[in-house]
Amino acid sequence: MSERPDQRVLVVIPAWNEAGVIASTIAEIRAARPDVDILVVDDGSGDGTADAADAAGALVARLPYNLGVGGAMRTGYRYALREGYDVVVQIDADGQHDPLYLTELVTGLADADVVIGARFAGEGSYRASGPRRWAMWLLARVLSRLAGVRLTDVTSGFRAANRRAVTVFADHYPAEYLGDTVESLVIALRTGCSVQQLPVEMRPRTIGQASQSPLRATVYLARAVIALGLALVRRWPAATETLGQEKA
Amino acid sequence: MNSTFTLGLIGGAITLVVLFEMLRRQRLREKYAVIWVVVVAATLTLAIFPGLLSRAATALGVQVPANLLFFGAIMLLLVISIQLSYEIGRLEERTRTLAEEVALLRLQQESHRGDHPSHAPDAPDAPDGRGPHEVTEPPEEPGPTA
Repeated sequence: MSERPDQRVLVVIPAWNEAGVIASTIAEIRAARPDVDILVVDDGSGDGTADAADAAGALVARLPYNLGVGGAMRTGYRYALREGYDVVVQIDADGQHDPLYLTELVTGLADADVVIGARFAGEGSYRASGPRRWAMWLLARVLSRLAGVRLTDVTSGFRAANRRAVTVFADHYPAEYLGDTVESLVIALRTGCSVQQLPVEMRPRTIGQASQSPLRATVYLARAVIALGLALVRRWPAATETLGQEKA
Repeated sequence: MNSTFTLGLIGGAITLVVLFEMLRRQRLREKYAVIWVVVVAATLTLAIFPGLLSRAATALGVQVPANLLFFGAIMLLLVISIQLSYEIGRLEERTRTLAEEVALLRLQQESHRGDHPSHAPDAPDAPDGRGPHEVTEPPEEPGPTA
């Protein structure tokens, strides 16, 4: 199936102190897909990220203080729902996600409600090792089971969601650690959305590197286990107070 | 008059005065003051009637009555701490929702200004939200609606 020509696509970029790269990321997305709208959610940056994104021609939502990726993304999903977008694609601000895969992800929504751009699925050269690798293996294993399809990179921040998933995420997108990646997938699956992945090649980050020290990786493993365990047993939805605020 | 009695009385009195003063200055809400008033009342009761504690300790098989008191006090503080953690979590969730809402409203306001350049000059530059209070919504942009 191909992408429906009439659907409106919103690219949401959660950005925290990414003034150095945000403009080139936006320009790249524009070059790859001139027809999509781009919303940068500035997560309380102190380095003028919002102004840089504004100058680059993107829509900019400025959070008054740092909420984390989960808060930034829920802002994006709420905006998309209110403005009537059909598809939301999340792309990292740091340029590690190649916008050339954007169309593929959106097309993939014909078969699923959420499509993840996965690093380990054949393409690319991203490699993790040690406890971090075990954590990723465990997360992938459990979520694959839940989803009923093979998922290899559930912590990827490169993903597309259709209207059905956007409606869920506009109300329930956890701000806690790993909530924006792992728990959000669990929420999607538990509300009956289907999840699939497509292989993408990730580029090395333009600025900054993921922490790879053994201690940090071990802490990551522990937190991943806790976050996943909680997500699985949590009486959904976790945030009952904000339930049902968003109506499509 | 033993020292336990005096200490309990003084501690209870000071706590009561502080609570009253905080309530009077509206620094403390009644719903949080209630629990502390109950704690003070219990402290004073035990200070005035130490026999109650000994009898409770005997009934529960605790050899040193003070240990029962410490256990009770620690459990109470633990429960109150958990209750406060819960309240903080709720507040964080609310402020998060508000922060997201603020960001979206600002974006909406800016896009309206951009759509209607004629309105821009008389709109005061008030990023803190004290802009013109419009009763009627400006016409929506002619974008496709789904």
